[in-house]
Amino acid sequence: MTTPLLACADLTCRFGGVVALDRVDFTVGDGEIVGLIGPNGSGKTTLFNVVTGIYRADAGAITFAGMDLSRASPQAIYRAGIARTFQRSRMCLPLSVFDNIMVGNHKRLNHGLVFNLLRREAFAQEFRRNFDEARELVEIFSPPLAARIEEPAAGLPMIDRRRIEICRALVSRPRLLLLDEPSAGMTHEETRELMDDILIVRARMAGLTIVIIEHEMGVIERITSRCAVLNYGRKISEGTFGEVARDPQVQEAYLGAAAPDVLTVGAPSPEATSPEAT
Amino acid sequence: MTVALKSQSSLPALIFAALATLYGIVFLTAERERALGALLIGAAVAVVLAARFGVAERVRQSIGANERTFDIAVIVGVLVTALWFHHEHFILLMMATSLLLMVAALGLTVQFGYAGVLNFAGAAFLGIGCYTAAVLTNFTSVPPLLILPLGGLIAAAIGSILILPVLRTRGHYAAVVTIAFGILFKTFIEVNDAVGGPQGMRVGSFTLFGWTFNDPIRIGTFEASFYLVYAVAALVLLVFAFALVRRLERSWIGLSLDAIRLDEIASACYGLDIARWKIFAFTLGNFLIGMAGALYGHVLGFIAPNNFTFGDSLIIVSIILLGGIGNPWGVAVAAAFVVMLPEKFQIIQEYRFALYAVLVILVLLFRPEGLLPRSLRAYVPGWGARESSPEGTR
Repeated sequence: MTTPLLACADLTCRFGGVVALDRVDFTVGDGEIVGLIGPNGSGKTTLFNVVTGIYRADAGAITFAGMDLSRASPQAIYRAGIARTFQRSRMCLPLSVFDNIMVGNHKRLNHGLVFNLLRREAFAQEFRRNFDEARELVEIFSPPLAARIEEPAAGLPMIDRRRIEICRALVSRPRLLLLDEPSAGMTHEETRELMDDILIVRARMAGLTIVIIEHEMGVIERITSRCAVLNYGRKISEGTFGEVARDPQVQEAYLGAAAPDVLTVGAPSPEATSPEAT
Repeated sequence: MTVALKSQSSLPALIFAALATLYGIVFLTAERERALGALLIGAAVAVVLAARFGVAERVRQSIGANERTFDIAVIVGVLVTALWFHHEHFILLMMATSLLLMVAALGLTVQFGYAGVLNFAGAAFLGIGCYTAAVLTNFTSVPPLLILPLGGLIAAAIGSILILPVLRTRGHYAAVVTIAFGILFKTFIEVNDAVGGPQGMRVGSFTLFGWTFNDPIRIGTFEASFYLVYAVAALVLLVFAFALVRRLERSWIGLSLDAIRLDEIASACYGLDIARWKIFAFTLGNFLIGMAGALYGHVLGFIAPNNFTFGDSLIIVSIILLGGIGNPWGVAVAAAFVVMLPEKFQIIQEYRFALYAVLVILVLLFRPEGLLPRSLRAYVPGWGARESSPEGTR
């Protein structure tokens, strides 16, 4: 096996007495799609927050593409090529759709004072280039949405906001995309559509690596090649979806001790209420 | 739609600018309170009717499509108004004051409207500019043309001692820090005899190439108040500040400032340096306020600590709340309103703070984005003028 793109070794993160991440080892190979699953509060989002520099790990190391990012700021991590989405939508609603996407393009935009204030011709050129690029990107997800790129983001339905958030993460051409529960607040049909779009985008951006947190097991099963399971901040299992679903420890984490064997391939997702069975 | 926007005639914008100028002249000429009241009500009715029958929308589109023409028309309108009243000291002083308050409010727009940094010490930074002008004209022979940028630079430099506490606090706490600074500034001046203490200090005349602004103007048979020159100088400064703020908003910098105001965490995850942009906005805003202050000092001719109270800071804040947070045009309208109204209605004078308070509360209740809400960013002319999908979904 070649060196992984992202390697978290022995990652520990505490909040007072709560151990949110407990010596987690987590690696992602170049070009993989890895699922990150676990019950609520198991530390999945904390892992994202530590990797993106919002929280600082109390112990352990993060290496990305050969760089040590253990103590890096969120800004440096973004520049190194990691982009993320958020579990709860974090859009700038009063701004236009285009503005929201461009926030993610920060490292590729010229922020010089003279360029922005005085060289308006050059600025207009840079603007048009980025505008066309953003539009093309949105078009992959949804041509009708691309036609609304000049409108305020506040008017968009949830699925379009998710799409825009993913476009915001992708526009700077990151090497690693962290998706934090992209299906939250959407219907199953919408989720399926969004996942198809993500796979199409990935096919166009050769080598894009994705880590996805998801509660919809159908999604995890369909798009990931491998997944890791967290529970109480510990990694309790790792492997293909079929393997982890059969792992008794995983079943116990989701359903409590001595659970019936429901977490098998193709079975309904553990949230018994969801009619996701295919 | 795009084509329609581009071929949009400039006529509605020009007519609007002409009517606004005419209205301004009539309003400033009117003396009796009944006439002034009728003018105000008339304007309100006209605005409501214009909105009701789609005239306002046509004017807005025309302005959007012919921005430069409209800008020039407004500048000409202000000049015409100033020339019309070339004998009237008081009206010209009022005009200069409101033009300079617009500049100060534009500084606050950069700070609060874009970057979300509260500043309740606007009057203090204005005061720093004034005192810079006073000290430099009294004790040095620094050329006055340099005094304006120096006033801005000194305001920005003194403001930098606030950067650390402002960066480390949020919301109300940051507001308290700036309030404390404003009070500190006033107290500092009051106990400092070198700058006149509570009695205040004279500010020398502004001179340009040997021409003293404080002398009455006589060109042939044309005679005018010396305030005419100050009004024009204030207009020049305002045009500079307006162009600066508007270009800033329509750039990647403006986008970054908006992003950090709206969501610091997401911004940090996309590489935006929060501290850097907040410092940038705070410093640039103070620079603009300080420049306005330096010229304001010259206009007033005599300054005292009582010109720069917390109440005066609140007036600058109320200008941007009333006008529209982040919209330079809104700031312009609100500043004119806030300066002229109490001067024209003497009864209001005493209750003006109560009046502003009521107005601000009403605006925040019923039109939280201000009288002229900010529109979407239009990076280049003709872009982003659309609020709804032009062709719908293809």
